[in-house]
Amino acid sequence: MNWLIPYFVIVPLAGAFVVALIPRRRGWLADILANVCSVALLVAALVVCVRRLHGVCFVGGWAPPVGISMVLDGLAALMLLTIAVITLVSSIYAVQYMEQFTWKAKFYSLFLLMVAGMNGVVLAGDFFNLFVFLEIASISSYALVGYGCRHEELEATFKYLTLGNLGALFVLLGVAFIYGVSGTLNMADFSVRSAGTLNTAGLVALALLMIGFGLKAALVPMHAWLPDAHPAAPTPISAMLSGVFIKATGVYALLRVTNNVFPPMHVTQEVLLALGGASMVIGVFMAIGQWDLKRLLAYHSISQIGYVILGVALGTPLGILGGLFHLVNHAAFKSLLFLGAGAIEYRTGTRQLREMGGLRERMPVTAATTLIASLAISGVPPFNGFFSKLLIIWAAVEAGRHGYAVVAVIVSVMTIASFMKVQKYAFFGPLNPRWRDVREVPGLMRLALVFLALLCLLMSALVLPSVRAVILVPAVDALRAGTAYAGYLHGE
Amino acid sequence: MPYALCLVLFVIGLYAVATKRNLIKIVIGFIIMENAVNLLLIMLGYRLGGRAPILWQSTAGDAAEFARVAVDPLPQALVLTSIVISLGVTALMVAICLRVYERYGTFDISEIRRLRG
Repeated sequence: MNWLIPYFVIVPLAGAFVVALIPRRRGWLADILANVCSVALLVAALVVCVRRLHGVCFVGGWAPPVGISMVLDGLAALMLLTIAVITLVSSIYAVQYMEQFTWKAKFYSLFLLMVAGMNGVVLAGDFFNLFVFLEIASISSYALVGYGCRHEELEATFKYLTLGNLGALFVLLGVAFIYGVSGTLNMADFSVRSAGTLNTAGLVALALLMIGFGLKAALVPMHAWLPDAHPAAPTPISAMLSGVFIKATGVYALLRVTNNVFPPMHVTQEVLLALGGASMVIGVFMAIGQWDLKRLLAYHSISQIGYVILGVALGTPLGILGGLFHLVNHAAFKSLLFLGAGAIEYRTGTRQLREMGGLRERMPVTAATTLIASLAISGVPPFNGFFSKLLIIWAAVEAGRHGYAVVAVIVSVMTIASFMKVQKYAFFGPLNPRWRDVREVPGLMRLALVFLALLCLLMSALVLPSVRAVILVPAVDALRAGTAYAGYLHGE
Repeated sequence: MPYALCLVLFVIGLYAVATKRNLIKIVIGFIIMENAVNLLLIMLGYRLGGRAPILWQSTAGDAAEFARVAVDPLPQALVLTSIVISLGVTALMVAICLRVYERYGTFDISEIRRLRG
């Protein structure tokens, strides 16, 4: 079944080009095509996950280290599934939401291009293709953030473009160093050649890659672009960017490089722990003072990504499990929160919490789903966020990192406080007379919201051993295997 | 030594991106950085007095000798790709600069800052 692997990139890429040809007035055709592509990707990702079709595809038949290889292991399968779910939900939501913009076909074209890039990053088996797919995903996301071409969108795009491009250049410089040091670009081949003998230039390459991917993942000293870029994008794209984009291009690449390609080192572990801890704390502190709903959610993304990095960097099986579990959970509830915020903006035209109030009466579905997502992100049982946060805190205690465990608990409490504020100002309290005639959002947008809300509840089941073994454990094993990743060099 | 010069070029570009207030100068800073990285990649595969890595029939018989004198073709392929990518990024940046200029009538970022850090 290894022939299937390149189709994760080919399907959205081909879809992007076909959709781009659709004339302006045939928006419905673009809707159908984009959603068909998303469904196809989701079905393929589910098949891969459930039947464990792991393997490696040598594109063009050239064996490594010469040719291009695409590696599908447990971690890649988990990421593909996450991307596919959020892509489908966002494209269903976009059908009606994007009616307010002109020329939907162009939007779907960029959207599918971004999906192709993310799938490519996840599957890439060599550094240079990782860089190329990273740029495909990034360039289309820059264009999507500025899609509306209003003042704040243009500014946010330029800021995002500047820092994102800087990150990409650091990655390219790191790739150049890697080629200079080892004469190979294949990740598995590199990990064999550099095993045990990492010289200074190799360490510089690792540092450059960590800066580059850290910028993409918006870890704390490198987070300045995220709170501008994510709110400025059209809502389905905000959900994609916060839900999966920063994870596929930032967190995934960072974890792959530090765990599987370079030998796991004490220094990288400490650096990642510090970055994760700082992101958690600073993200939540910045979030709590925000009055712009989408901006508040964007700061929470920084904070929750901190949890993911912290969990995985602990290095224990429980920590990695908790981190990856939180990664998929965050994709579900943060996308839902952004889609809910977009639903409010769609009907009322505002993102300011102070101008809302009492929307629960007028928009019951949005209110209920957003409440579920708020409870999930705050870590209230029985929703999925509770279990992953519990696992991470438990793992931190078990690993003897009591300081980080305390920080994780405090950040969790502050997250609850911040979402109580959202609920109080947006949905509860007396109805603001301005919104007396506001109606609930149309059917497909409601469908997307309800689907994600159900997912927030059902994903708690991932903690059960039998379900966990199918979806999460292969990914944990892939990260724990360390440089045994090199086995993929020979198609094992 | 040439490697160090590439890094100097990279730092010059980084300096321009970090300190200049004019959008176009920031774009130019990025172009300098991109070219610095491309130069570094090309330099990694360069061999003094080497020949183009094209296998003719006349040299086909002696693969070992060919591998000894030819320059490394892989970085050249990489740089070709990365030039195309940087072209795309630069075009997008300039397009956004144009839109910003249409809206604000200026390229100075200190005058168009509405968003807070």
